[in-house]
Amino acid sequence: MRLYAAVARSSFRRYAGYRAATWAGVLTNTVFGFFIAYTYQALWQVRPHLGGYDLSAALTYVWLGQALLMPVAAMGGGVQDDIEARIVNGDIAVDLYRPVDQQVWWLAADLGRSCYHLLSRGIVPMLVGSLFFHLRMPAGGPATQALTWAGALLSVGLAVVVSFLLRYLAALTGFWLMDPRGVRQVTVVLGMFFSGFLLPLSLLPTALAAVAQHLPWAAMVQIPLDVFLQRRTGAALAAGLLLQLGWAGVLLGAGQLLQRAVVRKVVVQGG
Amino acid sequence: MSAPLSPYRRTREALRAYRLVAGMWLRASLAYRASFWITTIGNGVTSLLDFVVIAVMFRHTTTLGGWTLPQVAFLYGTSGLTLGLADLLVGSLDQLGQRVRDGSVDTVLVRPAAALAQLGADRFALRRAGRVVQSLLVLGWSLVELRLDWTVPKLLVMAVLVLCGTVIFGSVFVAGAAFQFFATDAAEVQNSVTYGGATMLQYPPSVFARDLVRGAVYGVPLAFVNWLPALYLLGLPDPIGVPGWFRFASPLAALLCATAAGLAWRAGIRSYRSTGS
Repeated sequence: MRLYAAVARSSFRRYAGYRAATWAGVLTNTVFGFFIAYTYQALWQVRPHLGGYDLSAALTYVWLGQALLMPVAAMGGGVQDDIEARIVNGDIAVDLYRPVDQQVWWLAADLGRSCYHLLSRGIVPMLVGSLFFHLRMPAGGPATQALTWAGALLSVGLAVVVSFLLRYLAALTGFWLMDPRGVRQVTVVLGMFFSGFLLPLSLLPTALAAVAQHLPWAAMVQIPLDVFLQRRTGAALAAGLLLQLGWAGVLLGAGQLLQRAVVRKVVVQGG
Repeated sequence: MSAPLSPYRRTREALRAYRLVAGMWLRASLAYRASFWITTIGNGVTSLLDFVVIAVMFRHTTTLGGWTLPQVAFLYGTSGLTLGLADLLVGSLDQLGQRVRDGSVDTVLVRPAAALAQLGADRFALRRAGRVVQSLLVLGWSLVELRLDWTVPKLLVMAVLVLCGTVIFGSVFVAGAAFQFFATDAAEVQNSVTYGGATMLQYPPSVFARDLVRGAVYGVPLAFVNWLPALYLLGLPDPIGVPGWFRFASPLAALLCATAAGLAWRAGIRSYRSTGS
């Protein structure tokens, strides 16, 4: 456990080292936030309460989405880049010697990265957005507010875990396909669209929306945002967290199975 | 050192260098044929997502900022086409910071060919044509739906739109790369102007705040890529509030952009210090 904590810490520090990259990224998230917020505003002015969100909830959705984009790595990346590179250049063989669980090792590294991105590329765009648009913070009595914040933080944490487990599976396919780019592209497309990052899933055609709400990608953006916007409270809050937890469990198991197969495969290649 | 070449010879030599380097990367990428097709189609599908978002929005409304779906599709198609062409031609420049960090810019500078041509063609990726093809399809659909009365001036403005739009986006890529000589790990600044700008140009100008639109006319003049020519081509009133002849001023804007980018690139190259010095 202390080992993995150390991995997470050094991963955090590694990303914190790139100052200019961080500021460039903050700028990008902020600029995109503005563009998307204006388009949402144009749509919600025609259709107030579209998809169950009022205008200020919809605008909050946009800026929270920008804030979560990098921490959750909805477009792929994070440690996925490192794993893929090590598979392609063969360094992964050295990793497999190490007496650690690969999946947990990389999860720790990705959590460290995610924390850094949440603090840097998450908070600043959100603050800028709140200066120019009317954003919604959790409402209600102190207990309700505290519950919402706690639920949202927990949900974001689970979002990162689910996202990592999906990216880990995608990266491992590189052992069989040799070139990870194709699978990567497919997962990016699915992740962007079905996470709810581009549009709230409730705006999709009804049947598709119902399915999409239960897929693992919904656990990455849609559920944490709905928890923060207090669209999921009480039983719905619990159901959302359970869905995230359930997908985390399934994907964790799949990752374990796949990495066991990988070890066998690499040994065969080496022998 | 041989005698300085005439500007004409220099341009010809640079284009030849570009062709050679790009051709080499093209052959390399076609060696992995399955991967090439997957990534090309994947590129097209990824950029298509933006249009899916617009289409989903129009499930809930008939106009956005006063524009209909075919009109917005025209903006989407022209924005994607010009960005896609610029990205195909010089998009590799956004990896310049990486090359400055690992010192491999040195290899480029010692070769007897224009650095800009070599770096622009570096890792030339035909798979980026995915966005171009996909944008052309959406543009084609919008033109069928819009049933414009094509006249000679309109055809001319359309051709100028594609050409000048590509030059303006290309200039942003070059200027962004020049900036990376100074800030080597700030490649993403460029994304906010290129991909961010292209996202903005997919929507009618009336959607955005006035100051933002003004910035796109007088700051980084992206409005000349498609917003202003579109007002003429689609016969729409001006929501931007600029002189009427601005609709035909894209060549001027493109020229200004290219000049500014060229100067920035020179300043960048001059200031380059190899890593380790």
